[in-house]
Amino acid sequence: MSNELTREQHIELYYYMQLNRRLEERLGRLFRQNKIVGGVYSSLGQEAISVGTAYALEPRDWLAPMIRNIGALLVKGFRPRDIFTQHMARATSPTHGKDGTSHFGDLKVRHVVSPISMLGDLIPVMTGVAMAGRYLGHNIVAMTWIGDGGSSTGAFHEGLNLAATQRAPLVLVLENNQWAYSTPVARQVPLRDLADRARAYGISSRIVDGNDVLSVHQCAKQAVAECRAGRGPVLIEVKTMRMQGHAQHDPAGYVPKEMFAFWKERDPLVRFETYLTEHHLWDPAKKEEIDARIESELDADQKFAEDSPMPSPETAEQGVYCEGCHAVEAEWHRPKQEVMPPAASAEAVWKVKDFGALRGEKPPAAPPAAKEPAPKPAAPQAKPEISEAPPLRVPFGRGPKDRAFRESHEEKHPRHKSKKRRR
Amino acid sequence: MAEITMLEAIREALFEEMERDPTVVALGEDIGVYGGAFKVTEGLLARFGTERVMDTPISETAIVGAACGMSYLGLRPVAEMQFIDFIACCFNQVTNFAAKSHYRWGAPAPLVLRGPSGGGVHGGPFHSANPEMYFVHTPGLKVVYPSTPGDAKGLLKSAIRDNNPVLFFEHKFLYRRIKEDVPAGDFTVPIGKAALRREGSDLTIVSYAAAAHTALEAAQALAKEGIQAEVLDLRTLLPLDRDAILASVKKTGKLLVVHEDTRTGGIAGEISALVCEGAFEDLDGPVARVTAPDTPVPYAPPLEEAFLPSAEKVAAAARELAEY
Ligand SMILES: Cc1ncc(C[n+]2csc(CCOP(=O)(O)OP(=O)(O)O)c2C)c(N)n1
Ligand SMILES: [Mg+2]
Repeated sequence: MSNELTREQHIELYYYMQLNRRLEERLGRLFRQNKIVGGVYSSLGQEAISVGTAYALEPRDWLAPMIRNIGALLVKGFRPRDIFTQHMARATSPTHGKDGTSHFGDLKVRHVVSPISMLGDLIPVMTGVAMAGRYLGHNIVAMTWIGDGGSSTGAFHEGLNLAATQRAPLVLVLENNQWAYSTPVARQVPLRDLADRARAYGISSRIVDGNDVLSVHQCAKQAVAECRAGRGPVLIEVKTMRMQGHAQHDPAGYVPKEMFAFWKERDPLVRFETYLTEHHLWDPAKKEEIDARIESELDADQKFAEDSPMPSPETAEQGVYCEGCHAVEAEWHRPKQEVMPPAASAEAVWKVKDFGALRGEKPPAAPPAAKEPAPKPAAPQAKPEISEAPPLRVPFGRGPKDRAFRESHEEKHPRHKSKKRRR
Repeated sequence: MAEITMLEAIREALFEEMERDPTVVALGEDIGVYGGAFKVTEGLLARFGTERVMDTPISETAIVGAACGMSYLGLRPVAEMQFIDFIACCFNQVTNFAAKSHYRWGAPAPLVLRGPSGGGVHGGPFHSANPEMYFVHTPGLKVVYPSTPGDAKGLLKSAIRDNNPVLFFEHKFLYRRIKEDVPAGDFTVPIGKAALRREGSDLTIVSYAAAAHTALEAAQALAKEGIQAEVLDLRTLLPLDRDAILASVKKTGKLLVVHEDTRTGGIAGEISALVCEGAFEDLDGPVARVTAPDTPVPYAPPLEEAFLPSAEKVAAAARELAEY
């Protein structure tokens, strides 16, 4: 698979993935030193997803991270100090200690919506963001993530269905990391491919190897382009593995050891480093330079956080309501007259296409249609698509069937090959 | 000035706000082509088009979630619950997403969630509820529950212009039953201010929504017996107009709270505590309350009648308190 990324962009992807991993390693250490107030939710082994997907967005686009998407926040321009201070509940954190972890955002510059803990809730919210963006003429795409477990919430289904009916420019990345806390995916969803959920909403879906940053990025880029062209929401299932417990407190004894071993061989950073080397996109000196830069940035930001004070108690009661402290302003990228009468006025009549006739039945002749109140600007009619990418089977096991599959897959996609994996 | 119903007043507020400000949009179930289950939004789609008046799937969580998202880009969505009872389906979006948004990360969520509420129309357990107190107990929300056409219009305009999520309860028993001269054109009624409906010296009756009319009816009957009841209509439940409640109780020395909401956890309890904290020395009797009992709203007319506070029940409680 060829890709259009420049050498610098390859290096930048590496930078964010490595920054993500090293930052979270430090969070783990700080947790063990009792310097983290709440929990730490590792995205070890999933860095390619956060980074590869968010990297497909433009600055005007919006995203809302889930707990394991620190990499996406870094790509969108937040710095490690924001993550450190959030986890350590310092006054200097983006939420001034009001909330922790990746629960923060930025409406004005980075266009990031803060998540809440309740899984699935971001999907309708980001659908609203996408709809408002279209209404104001921003031509934006909204992106958010959900886990395999979170894909069973009501909000997931309501949100995706609304996005589909509105043809909203929403990219939903479903991170199938095989586990939802202690419960394996098969007990969460009775589907081999969670991407199949998209069929129920008549929207397009893709499946991609989540441990291959270039595939993830390319897939996300196509999805973003499709959305921006007005073809409606896209669901991307990324197959991956949560390489630690649910959070730092959880030793994950319920995960078969061999399963960790299987996925460790597919480590996204190791794979990408090998790729960069094999394709002569860097040399050892370059890697050393970037790694050193990351360490010094992390040193400085960690120190900043550790030196920062806790918020003062009197701020606990402040900020429940917006009392003029924030201006609520819409940025109009289209003439307002378009949404005002008389231009916006419409005839309040439904046009019903085929009267609900059964497929194959000759539709009754309809009277000449009145003006249909169709969403404006009219988006091109996209055919509902089902998964078109060949499903990447991610076998767990070492049997002859699995080996045969792996070998045939590697033949077709030589880039997935790595020395380590050849046995 | 024109005499209009509460329903017409709400519709006027929507029309005028959408006319005034293109960031105001409306969404909900059957609100567009059909004009809403109660026809509150009738004519809105014809005037403002499908981009601003959106018929949604039956997905309360998605409706409120999308409204939150829209508000982050500076829109002012007004979302309708077809009946306010269905707000239970999106409790999480309201209380965890919208309500906490500004406190947690400084993101104002200027949205209005409005819907027909309350009993008296034989709607049964799922079309008659008064779920306001779930939300009065949620910091970050504002909760408004008007009792007159003028207040409904002025408060809805304030709610739309507010930078915070506002829950706007519309008592469906009042939709078409009361008419009032409402000033034409632009005016607002401030959120958080109670209205003194009747002056009196013997006791204070605090109420809101349809029950405020019940309280007034009782006060008129009491006046014939020589008992002068002051009637305070809260209009807004969150933030509560503490000053107005305390001022009236200090004047009369006696307090009766009347609400259609059920008893335990109703706002009467909060007001009672508030008066103990702020006017204990001024009280000449125990705080009394007339409320619905702690049951779901029953369906059969005699059962519902027994459930709802009536002018007779209010007058009886007021008489007892006045004589205390
Ligand atoms: C609605 C809801 N129910 C329960 C939880 C508690 N909880 C937090 S994370 C989690 C597991 C999530 O699994 P998954 O969606 O697969 O995401 P992953 O942790 O694997 O990234 C649970 C049960 C929650 N946050 N939200
Ligand atoms: Mg999972």
